[in-house]
Amino acid sequence: MEELASRLASDLDASFPDLVNAFRRDLYSGLRNLSGNDAEDLTQEAFIRAYRALAGYDGTRIRNLQLRGWIWTIALNLGRNHARSRARRPTVTLAHEPTHSDPEPADTEAWGRRIGALSPRQRRAVVLRHVVGLSYAEIAATTDSPEGTVKADVHRGLARLRTIIEEETR
Amino acid sequence: MSIEQELSGLRRDPPAGHDEAVMLGTGLADGFSTYESPIGAVVVTFNPAGVSSVDLATEGFAERFIERFGRRSIEAAAPRAWRGGIERALENGTPGKLPVDFRSVSGFQKSVLEQAAAIPRGEVRPYSWLATQVGKPGATRAVGTTMARNPVPLIVPCHRVVRADGRIGAYSLGGAQNKLALLAVEGADPERLEALAGRGVRFLGSGTTRIFCHPSCRHARRIGDSHLIEFRSTRDAQNAGFRPCSVCEPETS
Repeated sequence: MEELASRLASDLDASFPDLVNAFRRDLYSGLRNLSGNDAEDLTQEAFIRAYRALAGYDGTRIRNLQLRGWIWTIALNLGRNHARSRARRPTVTLAHEPTHSDPEPADTEAWGRRIGALSPRQRRAVVLRHVVGLSYAEIAATTDSPEGTVKADVHRGLARLRTIIEEETR
Repeated sequence: MSIEQELSGLRRDPPAGHDEAVMLGTGLADGFSTYESPIGAVVVTFNPAGVSSVDLATEGFAERFIERFGRRSIEAAAPRAWRGGIERALENGTPGKLPVDFRSVSGFQKSVLEQAAAIPRGEVRPYSWLATQVGKPGATRAVGTTMARNPVPLIVPCHRVVRADGRIGAYSLGGAQNKLALLAVEGADPERLEALAGRGVRFLGSGTTRIFCHPSCRHARRIGDSHLIEFRSTRDAQNAGFRPCSVCEPETS
């Protein structure tokens, strides 16, 4: 990853597709479980914003970036603003939100429902840790919260998921 | 399976088309669509800055684009707001409100191309006239080079720019026969223009108004045969007591 940062620093345009390759699955998987149906647009937008930001940075700044955490900071900001603007929209519009044309496996739908039942903070911590695979340190840096808090959020989130599953089978 | 394993099983790749959309959105690749034109199918490319090129939709288009612009091109629908504008620009031979990406040419070339875009449909102007219009009289050769390098032929109508002696001359998009075809479609009567140039006639005057014009000027085309006077140079016309047309400004050619 450090090697990618230094390649981005020396030739952004040539190396940017490698950045997309490295994180496309991470971003899409995470945003899908955090922002639902708009994950595709948000993933694209996060990469486009990342490119514009990098184009304005000097080489040293790019070389010193922790790319994984940095790109998630962008993606989470987008997700937050997106949720806010959606909340402000009238409910009439929400009824016409596009849905995925491919039916998801029943299992994925069930997990979407379960994850959706978590508090926003727990959901973010659990998804970033266990769907995306970020380290506690990376999540702490990205969400600007102490590592201990992140660990507690993940722990409580997993416990809550366990309870939800138990309730389902009862 | 543990909850942790089930969660990591929720990882998915983004749907097809994701990477292409990112490349288009960043401007690292241009989108392209195919359109019809009087000289056959053409490929129009675009990026966030505007329409970047027009080329014949022939074998090797993608390679020619990379070679010239240093970017990839990806087949894609043009931005909704530009779709009608692209069709109108190709039809009218002028960009109108359509944004054009002129980053591939110099500042001088951009001003020449913008000036060329103002030549009315069905009329032609010589390279020398265009040079004077952009404040560089004598830069005729540089204007010729600019026309040859026009990234958006048809939309910036370099087919309406002709040699200083009035002959139709060369054309970058598939050769001189395409230039003749485009001018014929616009009603410019290229055979007549060639014939006049061949006899050394560069301007036409009206014996009634005593005004002289470029032969393709809409005012020159209204002159009746019995009043039509031919001139070989602006000096000939002025010596004969004719004043230049204020629309086509022949004195600057």
